[in-house]
Amino acid sequence: MRTSIRVGVDVGGTFTDLVTYDASTGHLQVAKVPSDPSDQSRGMMHGLDVMRTEMPSVDLVVHGTTIATNAVLERTGAACGLITTTGFRDVLDLRRRDRPDTYGLKGYFAPLVSRNCRVEVHERMDAAGNVLLDPCDQDVVAAARELQKRGVDVIIVSFLNSYVNPANEQKAKRILEDVWTNQYIVVASEILPEIREFERTSTAVINGYVMVLLDRYLQSMMNRLTERGYNRDVLLTQGNGGLMSQDTARRYPVNTVLSGPAAGVIAAQHIGTLVGEQNLITCDVGGTSLDIAVVEQGQSGTTRETSLEYGLPMRTTMLDIRSIAAGGGSIAWIDGGGILQIGPHSAGADPGPACYGKGGQDPTVTDANLVLGRIGLSNPIGRGESWSFDKERAEWVINDTIASPLDLSVIDAAWAILEVANQRIANSIRMLTVERGYDPRDFVLVAYGGAGPLHACSILNEIQTAKALIPPWPGVTSALGCIIADVRHDFIQMVDRRLDDIRILELYDVFEDHAEQGKRRIAHERVQVESIDFVYQADVSYDGQMYEVLVHLPVEPCTHDDIRRAFEQAYAMTYGHILNDRPIRVMTLRTAVIGVRPGIDLFGPTVTRSRTDKDALKEHRPVYFEQGFKECPVYDRDRLPPKSSLLGPAIVEQGDATTVIEPNMVAEVDVRGNLIIRHGH
Amino acid sequence: MNVDPLTLAVVRGALEQIAEEMDWTLKRTAFSPAISEGNDLANGIYHPNTGEIIAQGKWGLAIFIGVMQFTTEAVISDGSLRGIEEGDIYVVNDPYAGGTHLMDVGFVKPVFYQGELFAFLANRGHWPDIGGSVPGGFGTTATEMFQEGLRVPPVKLYRRGELNEDVLRIMLANVRVPDDRYGDLQAHLAAFSVGEERLCKLLNKYGRQTVNRCIEILKARSKQQMTSYLSGIADGSYEDTDYMDSDGVEDSPLKIALTMTIRGGRALLDFSQSSPPCRGPLNCVLSVTKSACYLAFKHIFPDIPVNSGCFEPLSFDVPQSTFLNATPPRPVAGCASEVSQRVADVVMGALGKAVPERASAGIFGTINNLSIGGSHPEGGPYVMFMFNGGGYGGHQSGDGLNYGSATISVARSQPVELYEKRYPVRIGRFAIRDGSGGAGKHRGGLGAEVDLEFLGGEGVVSILADRGKFAPRGVSGGSDGANCGVEFELNGQRYVPPHITKASNIRLKPGDSIRQFTPGGGGYGDPFERDEAMVLDDVRNEYISRESARKDYGVAIRPNGHEIDWKETARLRQVRGVQRVREPVQGHGCAPSERAGTDDLTR
Repeated sequence: MRTSIRVGVDVGGTFTDLVTYDASTGHLQVAKVPSDPSDQSRGMMHGLDVMRTEMPSVDLVVHGTTIATNAVLERTGAACGLITTTGFRDVLDLRRRDRPDTYGLKGYFAPLVSRNCRVEVHERMDAAGNVLLDPCDQDVVAAARELQKRGVDVIIVSFLNSYVNPANEQKAKRILEDVWTNQYIVVASEILPEIREFERTSTAVINGYVMVLLDRYLQSMMNRLTERGYNRDVLLTQGNGGLMSQDTARRYPVNTVLSGPAAGVIAAQHIGTLVGEQNLITCDVGGTSLDIAVVEQGQSGTTRETSLEYGLPMRTTMLDIRSIAAGGGSIAWIDGGGILQIGPHSAGADPGPACYGKGGQDPTVTDANLVLGRIGLSNPIGRGESWSFDKERAEWVINDTIASPLDLSVIDAAWAILEVANQRIANSIRMLTVERGYDPRDFVLVAYGGAGPLHACSILNEIQTAKALIPPWPGVTSALGCIIADVRHDFIQMVDRRLDDIRILELYDVFEDHAEQGKRRIAHERVQVESIDFVYQADVSYDGQMYEVLVHLPVEPCTHDDIRRAFEQAYAMTYGHILNDRPIRVMTLRTAVIGVRPGIDLFGPTVTRSRTDKDALKEHRPVYFEQGFKECPVYDRDRLPPKSSLLGPAIVEQGDATTVIEPNMVAEVDVRGNLIIRHGH
Repeated sequence: MNVDPLTLAVVRGALEQIAEEMDWTLKRTAFSPAISEGNDLANGIYHPNTGEIIAQGKWGLAIFIGVMQFTTEAVISDGSLRGIEEGDIYVVNDPYAGGTHLMDVGFVKPVFYQGELFAFLANRGHWPDIGGSVPGGFGTTATEMFQEGLRVPPVKLYRRGELNEDVLRIMLANVRVPDDRYGDLQAHLAAFSVGEERLCKLLNKYGRQTVNRCIEILKARSKQQMTSYLSGIADGSYEDTDYMDSDGVEDSPLKIALTMTIRGGRALLDFSQSSPPCRGPLNCVLSVTKSACYLAFKHIFPDIPVNSGCFEPLSFDVPQSTFLNATPPRPVAGCASEVSQRVADVVMGALGKAVPERASAGIFGTINNLSIGGSHPEGGPYVMFMFNGGGYGGHQSGDGLNYGSATISVARSQPVELYEKRYPVRIGRFAIRDGSGGAGKHRGGLGAEVDLEFLGGEGVVSILADRGKFAPRGVSGGSDGANCGVEFELNGQRYVPPHITKASNIRLKPGDSIRQFTPGGGGYGDPFERDEAMVLDDVRNEYISRESARKDYGVAIRPNGHEIDWKETARLRQVRGVQRVREPVQGHGCAPSERAGTDDLTR
């Protein structure tokens, strides 16, 4: 049978998004169906039904799942046991001594592994990697028995200084493999060979905590797919924006955490490349959060510092995506000083904004957009045609909570909500761009997510990017990312030495070793790749500093001076100055091994196209802008022909999003169906 | 001039953002681990005429909340004599010129907009060393500030944009690791560049007049918020008293006595009955005493935005006859880290009597400063600085947090692996201290236990801590948390310093070790009312012992440690109930009875 279809499935809190792409015809189809939190694969199957996808003709399914993230946030993961060095079983409890808020002294924290499931064994490695004492069989076996008695399913081994020499952890692992009754054994230095015992242990524990659920889920999902005649692998998306096989995911489930936003950035990056734009600011505005990333020269940056919530850090390589609590559902309120605030609380999916009529009592950004005419009454995302927003209710709550106390009209209050929300978004973007030395004028804003296109023009105005791009399906970008992404594996190695004391070839030996490991893993995964790329980077600082900047290194060995110059350039760009004559230190080497997947050339919706934009005009309605209400044309995006050009003010509606084009801005539809918005003349 | 609500909200967000971006830059570029790992820093924007705080970054230490206002005032009064010009940058660490301890080095820069002074930017950060007799600066035996390090009054490091190399050379000649300190200096200046640029952009967009008007309104709003909180408290006097172990030189307690009088939405904080100035370094400068009060109010009413308005309803009576308003040349090394916490404790203690639902039982209340300095076995000098947290107090809605950072701080602990990698030490144990939380319906959080062995090279250790004699207090029938403790093993002999929590210049040999036991938080409410299942959990997790469950909580746990003996529990709790009717439990945690005699000691 001909198998040419790729399926991308991204599961979110409210909706499951699906994209199918037929490589033989270039045909692309999207769907949005409600998620089923009790079993994420049900939404997937429902979506496949809606699209009438013939599973036997599917070449590959790529899946973004929130199983791992949710298991941690909702504390539904496995019963875990932790084995540590004597004297260090409380590493999780002690954290880094932080409290949730600077002011207020009522923090609460429960570690993922309770103290009675944390057992110590006699062993010790010193900071130079010398074994002072190796763990004996008897101790490790006794620890395992103890944990078994307490009903533990997953065992995690984390010893002090294992980042410098994993021998003791490896020995413990070998002993455990003989006595532990299942395959769930996690060794910290295999997950994260890096200094800082709390973060390393925390990352390993999160990995163990989500392991069983993900394993079972993948099993049941595979069974469902097999029933439908699908007999190939399913790849999973990772927080680093790359894909991995199910087998890899079962070993490193922590890598699936926060993979949805990363897939979105990958899609945006791809769309940028197709239209010849290398520098992007991606801005994904959803119901509860805003995710921002910077793509420079076609590459998005990575970060190694993430915290799932208070006391739960994880250090895995992830795309550098800044998430702030500001979305369509963010609640507007007035603080004790009488000042308008937006968020961080959100009305979420349930009860949702007041205008959903599901009992929401608080005014949200979505309510403000509705009152100002920016969202149509009958264009709710992901809902049936008969459904309609309750505008009166939105007006009522805005009047009651915001307008009356501030002595404003309902319209002025709604406008203020929108503007303060836009400011918050713009401030966050500024922090990631201007403050890191990027000039927004060299960038294109890519706005997506259900609410991104509503705010794109205001953000464009605020931060002065060259233009804004709204992809063809702004509401399903993460699912699109699933079918576009490459396979990717990241490796790190601590160095922590002065550059002057290192021979360059030592560095490249590490990189090449990583490259070999990556190649082996990709070969083992048996995923079709066209070529394998390598990205070599190093975290470098002035000797004595605690924070490093990321420096790109060439794939071929370079000189000490090259590294110093690259560091100084990166440092000066971020902080505006350099320190002369100060030695520099190489802290960590990072390698990304990327299995490049066969490309996709995306074209916009293939649904019926009109011949002129007049045919796409649905109606006129009054919409509020800074200058007041204006009678504004409303277009159906699916019917807008390529190369048509719309002068703002205008509204463009589609199934999964609404785009607002402000007065004096011009939106053009390109050949791929993207909306490109810029200032008019 | 009216400002619309939209502009007000936007300008406020922008001012806070500017301060936050300055924090970010200083933190990321500093060489001092205290600044970059410990957040021992602050950045803010201050009023051009009065020095009052306009906005402050949210990442900085709580104790710096008001301090830089006093620093800026000191610069303004210097400027009135010598003039302030565009391009000037002041440096100052004088505790008696709006400072804290000498290790906190402050910088102040006037921002001119269109040729006219608009505001001051100020920042400060903890340098690991500022010279003086003890590496790290936390000596416990100084009797004058001159022994504590280099003192810099407000002087111009830059004059009209020109670096004053002479000042710089004097500073770098007085510190142990000058290269790193030069790097820190660059970090402070980089934060100013960011702040100045962003502030001028804001002024370009909204105009000087509008921004100034917003600043006035924001101040008025914060004041109104604090006033309304204070108006909600019944007029009257609320008292609290607590003690420092000793001043490090004379082994007798220091008393902090507060009478807080609330009247008509204002609070007068009267500390006049506190101990007189002391010989050792536990004196407190007025700027720190006031800031400690500010941060205590902020902990109780956390939602008020920080600017000078929120503290306007507070007034003070802190006479120079007390150790809380010391004058030169009294030594002050323990003021910012230790005395400040006890001041905050009594303010929160007094407020707890007024608004119990917002307060908590006693918090561990000491930084547990531990510094070791000398020469590394692999060559070169080092200064290792470690401090440890403790338990928070139980409160109306739940248990206290285990091992948190001090009330005055948000400093994160450094990894054990980093200490072992950088310094000649091995840490044998870093653990929760079992049983250290005060019993209560809501238990106090637990402190920590740290064992540290010295491996080689030269090492001289100093410890400056507190709460060795006066425990974090229980409230509403809850018990006190465990005291602070320090033990040395020198040459195989156990040694406990006479002042318990304070010791200076102890020379270490390889194999010598130090053990620190940090305090737990006080309990809240009658422990016999604690949910039995929670007591069982605490026993299972070894946070408390089976004996303590029985004795302190009236819960009998079977010998297997996993089940409650319900019958016996009912009996224990009933017996106690009968006793309580006869002898009711004390109300709020005033000084416990065993401490009754301490007043005399302070005289």
